[in-house]
Amino acid sequence: MARNPAANRDQFRPDDHPNDAFLLSTVVGSYPKPKWLNRADELVDDPDSKFDASDLEEAHDDACRLITHEHERAGLDTVVDGEMRRNEMVEFFADRIDGYEFNGPVKVWGHNYFDKPSVVEEVEYDEPWLVDEFEFTAGVAERPVKVPITGPYTLGFWAFNEAYPSTEELVYDLADLVNEEVEKLVEAGARYIQIDEPALATTPEDHAIVGEALERIAAGIPEEVRIGLHVCYGDYSRVYPEINDYPIDEFDIELSNGDYEQIPVLEEPELEPDLALGVVDAHTAEVESVAEIKRNIRQGLRVVPPEKLTISPDCGLKLLPREVAYGKTENMVTAVREIEAEIDAGEIDLDDPLADD
Amino acid sequence: MTERVAATPGLYPLPDWAKETLSDLKGHQKGDLLSGDESEAIVGEYAEVRAEYVDDQLDAGLDLVTEGQGRWDDMIAHPLTLHDAVETGGIVRYYDNNNFYRDPRVVDDLGFSGDVARELERASDLLADADGAADASLAATLPGPYSLARLATDEQYGDEAEFQAAIAEFLAGEVEAFPAHETLFLVEPSLVTNPPAEGEESTATDAIATVADATDADVVVQTSYGALGEKLYAHLVDEAGADALGLDLVAGDRDDTVYNVQEFGATDSLALGIVDGQNTLVEEPETVAERVEWFESQIPNEAFDRTYLTPNTELFYLPTNKYRAKLNALAAATEVLD
Repeated sequence: MARNPAANRDQFRPDDHPNDAFLLSTVVGSYPKPKWLNRADELVDDPDSKFDASDLEEAHDDACRLITHEHERAGLDTVVDGEMRRNEMVEFFADRIDGYEFNGPVKVWGHNYFDKPSVVEEVEYDEPWLVDEFEFTAGVAERPVKVPITGPYTLGFWAFNEAYPSTEELVYDLADLVNEEVEKLVEAGARYIQIDEPALATTPEDHAIVGEALERIAAGIPEEVRIGLHVCYGDYSRVYPEINDYPIDEFDIELSNGDYEQIPVLEEPELEPDLALGVVDAHTAEVESVAEIKRNIRQGLRVVPPEKLTISPDCGLKLLPREVAYGKTENMVTAVREIEAEIDAGEIDLDDPLADD
Repeated sequence: MTERVAATPGLYPLPDWAKETLSDLKGHQKGDLLSGDESEAIVGEYAEVRAEYVDDQLDAGLDLVTEGQGRWDDMIAHPLTLHDAVETGGIVRYYDNNNFYRDPRVVDDLGFSGDVARELERASDLLADADGAADASLAATLPGPYSLARLATDEQYGDEAEFQAAIAEFLAGEVEAFPAHETLFLVEPSLVTNPPAEGEESTATDAIATVADATDADVVVQTSYGALGEKLYAHLVDEAGADALGLDLVAGDRDDTVYNVQEFGATDSLALGIVDGQNTLVEEPETVAERVEWFESQIPNEAFDRTYLTPNTELFYLPTNKYRAKLNALAAATEVLD
């Protein structure tokens, strides 16, 4: 069953929050890297260059500081470092988990490739994956920091399984490792964890495997820690209402991309975790207007009341030009604050939030 | 005595150097994919890729050598996505994989193209000139008409049976332009994943037979992603004009496939998909040989002209080092069996 999101939501409400209503604003995680950082990532591999690993670490620190502050400047209630240290969502973790090896890139489509790793022996936990990253970001941030982690289902099914009799068994072992990492993050002070499972969207019939994996991840994690699940580009009628059984505080999906056609899926039965609703498209280069985003936020109010609504972009923004990513984030926060004020003023009919639209 | 032949239907991963040079030359977006009128620089890159594939197969010791299909950006949908009578729509999922191809929307009558014949001519020349090619022969590859129709969108013919027949006629025309080839692989994954409706089996098998009849070569109808349905299996054995059906013994329940062969007999030859085309774990030649012997022991009363040892899917899913290792495993397994 769902966790208890009401027990952890208020800690993210800023002390100077201007409205009674509070829609938690956040991001999914990835953000465009400054061009100089991409150059730095390449430079460190150039044997003729003096630029070395410690220079790269400094560059990563600088970039994380920059993007964390960029998120704060946009006004977000909770921030991420934009995943400046990460290359790709599976590769980054496979690199840190014993049991994976890399053989080279494989085709996704056209000339787009992915360094799909192979699991060649039982996976094991070695060094912490994200604790240093979290401590650095928390140290430079004024606002609470959210930590996105690629989920065990995606880490298992987007790899070649050479070692386990079934990939399901691999997923459960990985879930135990994610649980260990979450415990360490919580010890370091993290209070907002997001498990990313895009692979669920491609194989919704496996929703029970994802559910069992989440049980393992959430085991022993106290209720003041908020655990979100992010899925994107899926057919949610195939995983709903089973989602209500997942031990999560928040369900984060990308419905702006599909113009909210799937909202009715979530209306009945009642969604138990909080809804984190994508309100700006991660794959269009036009910045949505505040008015348009406000309409999108109202779509979320069809599913949950304001105290259960979190607002985010559809997905990670890393493929957008940086100024577009910033523009979308800034307009998103402006729209959230205006909607809150309208709720306070009784200008939105919460039983029929699209009424005067 | 059954002849054992190590072979693949092609569709290999691009060598890593070509992944880079071609993506620099072509770009990463939908509109940058192959259109059939590529620049000289791109043609040159693909010529090198083709030569490398031929060498890889000869080095491994395969009995049949394919062109490798490095140009097939859209996997088996390629013969349509380049066609003049086709417009490409959005990117759509390729079977149940994290892979995508351009949706070919057929908007006009499908006439002759010659694209696949041209690349096959070049592979044929390479093979003729290669050292150590004496024992290997050329294998051609095409999508089967049923799968190609299922992967495409029909905006011209209006009727499913007519569309399949039109695609079959188109493919048959392409085959007629091929240089001499010993074997023709017709890749037909959709027969398992989206089988014809009950009663529609003959439409599919007629379409396959149309293509098979266009060549004197041995025709292998290669299926993937698990076992064929019983009834469809029986239709394919009797009506598709195939010298060999290709059966996937890796994915799904192989007992279902054994049951089909026990119950409904088989084509004169069989192709056994016994090496996993979607896993980097490389099978030992002895393991592959045992799988062949196990399969043959399940049907002691059948004597096949040929058993093709093949991967169960295309090999583009793999990193290049593992693709080569799989070729080696297939060829070495035939040695073990001899």
